[in-house]
Amino acid sequence: MTVHLSIVLFAPLATGLLGAVLPRGWARWSVLAGTLVVLGYAMVMLADFESGAGGLQYATDDEWIGELGIRYQLGVDGLNLFMVVLTALAWVPCTLWAAIREHDRAKLYFFNLALGETAVLGAFMAQDLALFIVFFDLMLVPFYFLIGGWGTGDRVRATTKFVIYTLSGSLLMLAAAIALGVLSVPDGGELSFSLAELERRSIPEGSQHWIVLLFALAFFVKAPLFPLHGWVPETYRSTPIPVLALLSAVLSKVGVYGFLRIVLPVMPEGSQHWQELFIVIAVFSILYGSIVAFSQDNIRLVIAYSSIAQLGFIVLGIFALDDKGAQGAVFQMLNHGLVVVPLFLIVGVVALRSGGSESLRELGGMAVRAPVLAALFLITSFATLAMPGSPNFVGELLVLFGAFEDKLVYGLVASAGVVLAAVYMIRLFQGVMHNRLGPRAESSDLGGLELAAVAPLVAVVVALGIYPQFVVERSERATLEQIAAAKQHAESRSGPELSVSK
Amino acid sequence: MIDLLQLAASEAKAPVIDYRELSPLLALAGGSVVVLMVGLLRSAFARRVLVPALSALTLLVAIGLTIWIWESGDREPIIEGALAVDALSLGVSMLIYVAGLVTIVLSLRALAPEVAGHGEYHSLLLGSILGMVVLAMAENLITLFIGLELLSIPLYVLCATELHRRTSLEAGLKYLVIGSVGSATLLYGLAMVYGAAGSMQFGEIGAALGGGGLSATDPLLLTGIALSATGLAFKSSVAPFHQWTPDVYEGAPTPITTFMAVATKAAAFAVFLRLFDQAFGLAQLEWGPALAVLATLTIVIGNVGAIAQRSLKRMLAWSSVAQAGYLLAGVVVGSELGVRATAFYLAVYLLMNVAAFAVVVARERVSERGDDLAAFEDLGTAQPWLAWPMTIAMLSLAGFPATAGFIGKFYLIDASVEGAYTWLGIAIVVGSVVSLVYYLRVVAVMWMGRYEIEMPGPPRRIVRRVAGTSPEADARAQPEVAAIAILFAAATIVFGIWPDPLFEAARDVGSALPNLR
Repeated sequence: MTVHLSIVLFAPLATGLLGAVLPRGWARWSVLAGTLVVLGYAMVMLADFESGAGGLQYATDDEWIGELGIRYQLGVDGLNLFMVVLTALAWVPCTLWAAIREHDRAKLYFFNLALGETAVLGAFMAQDLALFIVFFDLMLVPFYFLIGGWGTGDRVRATTKFVIYTLSGSLLMLAAAIALGVLSVPDGGELSFSLAELERRSIPEGSQHWIVLLFALAFFVKAPLFPLHGWVPETYRSTPIPVLALLSAVLSKVGVYGFLRIVLPVMPEGSQHWQELFIVIAVFSILYGSIVAFSQDNIRLVIAYSSIAQLGFIVLGIFALDDKGAQGAVFQMLNHGLVVVPLFLIVGVVALRSGGSESLRELGGMAVRAPVLAALFLITSFATLAMPGSPNFVGELLVLFGAFEDKLVYGLVASAGVVLAAVYMIRLFQGVMHNRLGPRAESSDLGGLELAAVAPLVAVVVALGIYPQFVVERSERATLEQIAAAKQHAESRSGPELSVSK
Repeated sequence: MIDLLQLAASEAKAPVIDYRELSPLLALAGGSVVVLMVGLLRSAFARRVLVPALSALTLLVAIGLTIWIWESGDREPIIEGALAVDALSLGVSMLIYVAGLVTIVLSLRALAPEVAGHGEYHSLLLGSILGMVVLAMAENLITLFIGLELLSIPLYVLCATELHRRTSLEAGLKYLVIGSVGSATLLYGLAMVYGAAGSMQFGEIGAALGGGGLSATDPLLLTGIALSATGLAFKSSVAPFHQWTPDVYEGAPTPITTFMAVATKAAAFAVFLRLFDQAFGLAQLEWGPALAVLATLTIVIGNVGAIAQRSLKRMLAWSSVAQAGYLLAGVVVGSELGVRATAFYLAVYLLMNVAAFAVVVARERVSERGDDLAAFEDLGTAQPWLAWPMTIAMLSLAGFPATAGFIGKFYLIDASVEGAYTWLGIAIVVGSVVSLVYYLRVVAVMWMGRYEIEMPGPPRRIVRRVAGTSPEADARAQPEVAAIAILFAAATIVFGIWPDPLFEAARDVGSALPNLR
């Protein structure tokens, strides 16, 4: 069966535009239908995907801007299949969550949600570096409007900070990408940004160093990792809940995905050169995120800083340059996204029951009359802290195995993050659900549509905990191919040293 | 008169005049005179309707003639090597004509032509356009200077056409004084270049550098190059010769500001390209680094200067300084790709700035806060048909993808890297990051509700109602301004997704200058 990726890509945008011309009140259903179309297509892809086959499936390849060597090139392999699935899975409940509430200028709100999905899908499916950057930057536009237009508190300041932080990274990446394209042109060759072509061409190692660094800057800001997370507290505080769920679950993955899709295969020497630095940044993020998460009073920020730690794990897995580590990282990218969406939606539920308060000091005791809410919250909390039986356990374990293989010390330090995660997540769960009923809290269970938004994803998390092989099998081959060049390079570097020590 | 011409022809060898290739210039000159004459008629219909219509017709005829004579490749200059009618000059003159048409439409309900006289206003405008086209076509030092003066002198007057407003007069005077300093510097520089090269012709100067006995490090030549760069930098508001820009842009009537921002810049960069990449092309190793430093300085100063502005016209003035820095990067590299990228960006620059200025014109006429940021508060709810074009223009100026601005910057960075000026590409990028602060502020004010800006605002002023009844009626009373804004914003998006037509024109433009890298 053929799946046309262009239809998947532009279905949300089309429904967003349709919503803009339909009568008031219809926009939400139009956009929700668009997200369902994408979800349907993603499921078809998942069923149809040939896990044994290498290379790209459902590839689209047309010329877009010939003058600049930019191609409209889309494709799916085991690496981004689950990112597309994650995007599809995350957008449906968040759009549903938004659709059952009233908004000012609803048409614009839902148009932005739809544009956001198109941009994210584009970034995940792009097989041309310039196309990737186009979608990577385009993502910011809808999120800029969503946070600035419908956020709370000092939202304009927050959204401006968010955009400036992210775009300073990604514009430098743009310059680096153009340099990459130009420097890799062989004599008499044409400028090309196609990733497959860039992999074949070679770039001088000296240039690789600074180019990798600029790419990493963009991706670390997006992830976010310590010390480039300056935009996080304000943005997380001001962002509307469904948007925040998407921001944290999906947008943060685009950056780390970029490492696997672009940086490692195209510039293996440069990646290997900075391996140590990036691992240190990752480990710092794990420790910093975990410790700060423990001291936060705002429940959003607990999850925000826990995400910094989780993303640290993912980057650690990628730059361990080890098969197991990379597989764990890819699995963990999916897991974190799947867990964070229900977690943030539950935060939204809690805030609705507490008169808008998201402070741990004012909350508590909500589990009394809300057993379903409490159960779902408990499952997601356990998944976040990587309880055995949860998919996160498998993911983090693989990452740590990968790190132990070659970078034992860093692996040991990072393990502390697993322990700390248990501390802050249990504190969060207890603070909201147990203890005495908070001064502003009110205990009532999930409504029907709220349940419809939260429960399915929790079910997926549970299913993946039972059968993680489903993901690992399908993503294995593509993931190993992506890191092969850098891994080989790292081994050839460390080879002579090992022989000396022997 | 005819006898005299014959007399002259019998004694000296008269230049061969190619009327076909000269036709756009003749149309402009003729149109300018006719418009001036019609403006003298007493009937209000003639002055208010016929004059703008005839001016627009003149420009449309010029556009038609330009398309007729359009040819790519290196063309032999006409009239004894005075004017180069090639894709570079024709392409840039197209931009200038479009800018002229926009100015005429934006001036329809403006105060300036009422006060200064419709005939005079439009005739001066056409005269200035004529000067710009001559400047873009200039192939020797004399025509360069004539073109520059012909474009500047009408502009000095046009800046001051809102006679009753002191800032307008101030703008005219300031522009006159500073513009004259620039012209004088340029003239001095051109004289030195002539002294060093022994020729007025760009082609011959280039030939002298290329083995004709003129060294690229000749001190007289280098001084001449430096002084002419300074003179052109005054015109194209390249730092540190930009100080007049915010004041003049703010003081001048807004349609004229629009015209200056887009058309003057296009003409100045056309001559920058031709003089530096063609005549001085072989000395690029000498002037390249110096201009690259100027470009970086311009990017930094323009972007930092714009941050502190509340007035949209001043903000766009500073932003135009920054954009001049980006454009200069395409000149610095001295390659065909650089010429193409500059030409491409000039077109994109026209689209996004016209969209932005049209919205400023619309708001300024009806708002008590003039062109202050406060006049744009909640425009997204009140007048989305103005807020959208402004949003698109701002995002495009900042370089967001799916707008033409993104591709323009991509092209310029590409040219910089290809020309071994990677750091200049990085400077463009860093400038764009800084520019987000002020571009996004405009978007935030329009869409995200009341937004406190920690800068003192201007006092409220009394506005002359355009439609005379209510703000809502005022908003609907100037559909032509909104139409311009929407049209150019739409073009910004279309060319951001499908830029091929612009690329083809840019390729033609790039082929006009021979012997480039």
